Amino acid sequence: MKTGFAVFFAVVIALGGSWVGFVVAPTLQLGSAKLTKTLGTGDAYPLQRTGEATLGLQVYRSVGCVACHTEQVRQEGVEFQVVLTGVGKNPAAVSNFIATLKLTGLTKEQADSANEKIIALGGKAETHLIATGVDIAKGWGVRRSVAADFLYDAPVQLGNLRAGPDLANVGARLADANWHLVHLYAPKAYAAKPMMPSYKFLFEVRKAGATPAVDALKLPPELAAPAGFEVVPKPEAKQLVAYLLSLRSDVPLYEAPFTPATTAKP
Amino acid sequence: MNPAENNSVCSVKIDASCRVPLLALFGGAALWLVVGLALAIVASLTFHNPEIFAGCSFLTYGRVAPAANDLLVYGFAIPAALGVMLWIFARLSQSNLELPIIPVVAAHFWHLGVLVGTLTILTGNSSGFTWLEFPRAGAMLIGVGFVLIAISAVATFGQRKERELYPSHWFFLAALLWFPWIYATANLFLVSTCPVRGVTQAVINWWFANNLIYVWLALVGLGTAFYFLPKIAGRPLQSRFYALFTFWTLILFGTWAGISAGAPVPAWLPSMSAFASMLLVVPVIAIVIILVKTLRGAKSPPMGGAYCYIRFGVVAFIVSTAMLITVACPQNSRILEFTWFGQAQVQLQILGFSTMILFGAISEILPRVMETEMPLKKFSKLQFGLSLLGVVLFVVPLALAGAKQGHASYAPEAGKFWLMMSTTGLIFLLLASLILLANIFTMTIKWKLGLVKTVIAAVTAPLESTEVKS
Repeated sequence: MKTGFAVFFAVVIALGGSWVGFVVAPTLQLGSAKLTKTLGTGDAYPLQRTGEATLGLQVYRSVGCVACHTEQVRQEGVEFQVVLTGVGKNPAAVSNFIATLKLTGLTKEQADSANEKIIALGGKAETHLIATGVDIAKGWGVRRSVAADFLYDAPVQLGNLRAGPDLANVGARLADANWHLVHLYAPKAYAAKPMMPSYKFLFEVRKAGATPAVDALKLPPELAAPAGFEVVPKPEAKQLVAYLLSLRSDVPLYEAPFTPATTAKP
Repeated sequence: MNPAENNSVCSVKIDASCRVPLLALFGGAALWLVVGLALAIVASLTFHNPEIFAGCSFLTYGRVAPAANDLLVYGFAIPAALGVMLWIFARLSQSNLELPIIPVVAAHFWHLGVLVGTLTILTGNSSGFTWLEFPRAGAMLIGVGFVLIAISAVATFGQRKERELYPSHWFFLAALLWFPWIYATANLFLVSTCPVRGVTQAVINWWFANNLIYVWLALVGLGTAFYFLPKIAGRPLQSRFYALFTFWTLILFGTWAGISAGAPVPAWLPSMSAFASMLLVVPVIAIVIILVKTLRGAKSPPMGGAYCYIRFGVVAFIVSTAMLITVACPQNSRILEFTWFGQAQVQLQILGFSTMILFGAISEILPRVMETEMPLKKFSKLQFGLSLLGVVLFVVPLALAGAKQGHASYAPEAGKFWLMMSTTGLIFLLLASLILLANIFTMTIKWKLGLVKTVIAAVTAPLESTEVKS
């Protein structure tokens, strides 16, 4: 029976290895993660979502958006760009020089040397750090998603299938609440043959009063409710949209640096 | 072949001792399989017409799809595998099933848990974690059910006459240990009242999903295959060494797979996972060797339903592992990650590997346990044909949809045609599972009628004169 126990322990260790590696270790490494600071401005990150958006995460969970959407932007690398911010006293020389240069897709050294030459000619230039990758090229984000983005979420809805677009940065790239409401009610409004199902059950079609309700949807005529009726979002729809708008991973962090478009000073 | 298993008179008694627990486990499992596949069809209708369930929150894709997946795994695969395990344990031990009442009670706990869980998902209270959608109440019932069945299985194992372990024992004992471990961990860390924070949730969820779908199903599926293959071939497993080698490499490497390459977690986690996934080529080679060597030396060419199912199942496992390795390779993961290709691998693992092997095992076990032929024996070839076509027509289109989608850099419509095609596969699978359900239910009803008749006969039988006098 001695070998029996030896084998049992070997099995426990073989199986338990992955438990230590993928359950205990990440809990120790990330379990006490705290607020970080954004690069540049030093603001605290991430901020707690608003109450409405926190409720919206529960709607997101409840209707199962995670079945088709991920919330993780991947990044393959970085590149540098030279951005001209001023031509100085000798614009012709600077513009002639720039015409000979590649300004995007550079390494740090190439960008710095181009930068120095522009400054030597009297112009002003900045070196910008740009994140690259398939997802970023699609416009789904400006940098990779990192652990800090999900600090306050429960449940964390990273997802593993992109039947629809990634939503990690949807609040920044589609910031219009009405767009989202109409899209949830009738995806047809924005695409001829949408893949996304309609979520009409999050809305109420009710008799319109003398004046339309404040939050009645502004729908295209072919999708609008019959005359005398209006489509009003239920609280769940509004919460879900508040959550979608709160999904923004668009600030530079230590582990995912990039140069925000707005840093160029006038 | 286990040398101890020769006494046929004894086998009949052993089979009879498994009858009630196995009927409870298989009957519920077959019912859930039918419901699960029906829900999967409902979910895939959304590909044909996204507006179809616009007004009905129960049937929206995000609820029906996870409910269908959970029914296939928790409703069908696990309880059916537990039933098969109990029977193989009893047969290998050459002793009656110990504590047979416990698995019967446990099966009812289990199926109640699945019912509670499914209704909860459809009404919108899923926990939001893949493969862990069931709420606490459902998870509790399932966990208790599993532990009870494990008690009966281990008690039967303890009664074995042949002290040396057969390779299937290793796979099954590891499976009995591993499920409570991962299920308890995942539920306590994620679905409890104080879950872990941040992306650790996602890491634990991926670890659990991979260990349930890849490792656990592989342990029971291969354990079952290694039990039946020698019987079909009429010669011992070739060889015990390769089987144990498969076992160790599978649990050493397989348990670490499952974390996607670009995930927003510390970089060592996905790297480790990709490395482990690639090492899975080792157990696959060992399985190919076992399959070829065992079947090639068969005395008579292997035949019969169970053989077809189990051969298909093992090949499906090899393909599914190859797909897993393909996605894990860094060059491919950029294209195939987050596409339908991954879903195709998961469904091949569940429906092509696990379900097919369980179909084969059930078709072999039930007639013995019930001491009668399958009532729909005529349709057994049809059932195999339908399930084979179903798996192929479901998984291949999903994989193609994934490849198309990946090459079109995630344009959602890219794989739409293939997604619509995949519905056909599900319909074939549903028909096959209906045959299984009809078989089990006819058997159960006949057996119960038989019991009633015996009771009536006993009650109405004329009393013997000696009893009347006294």
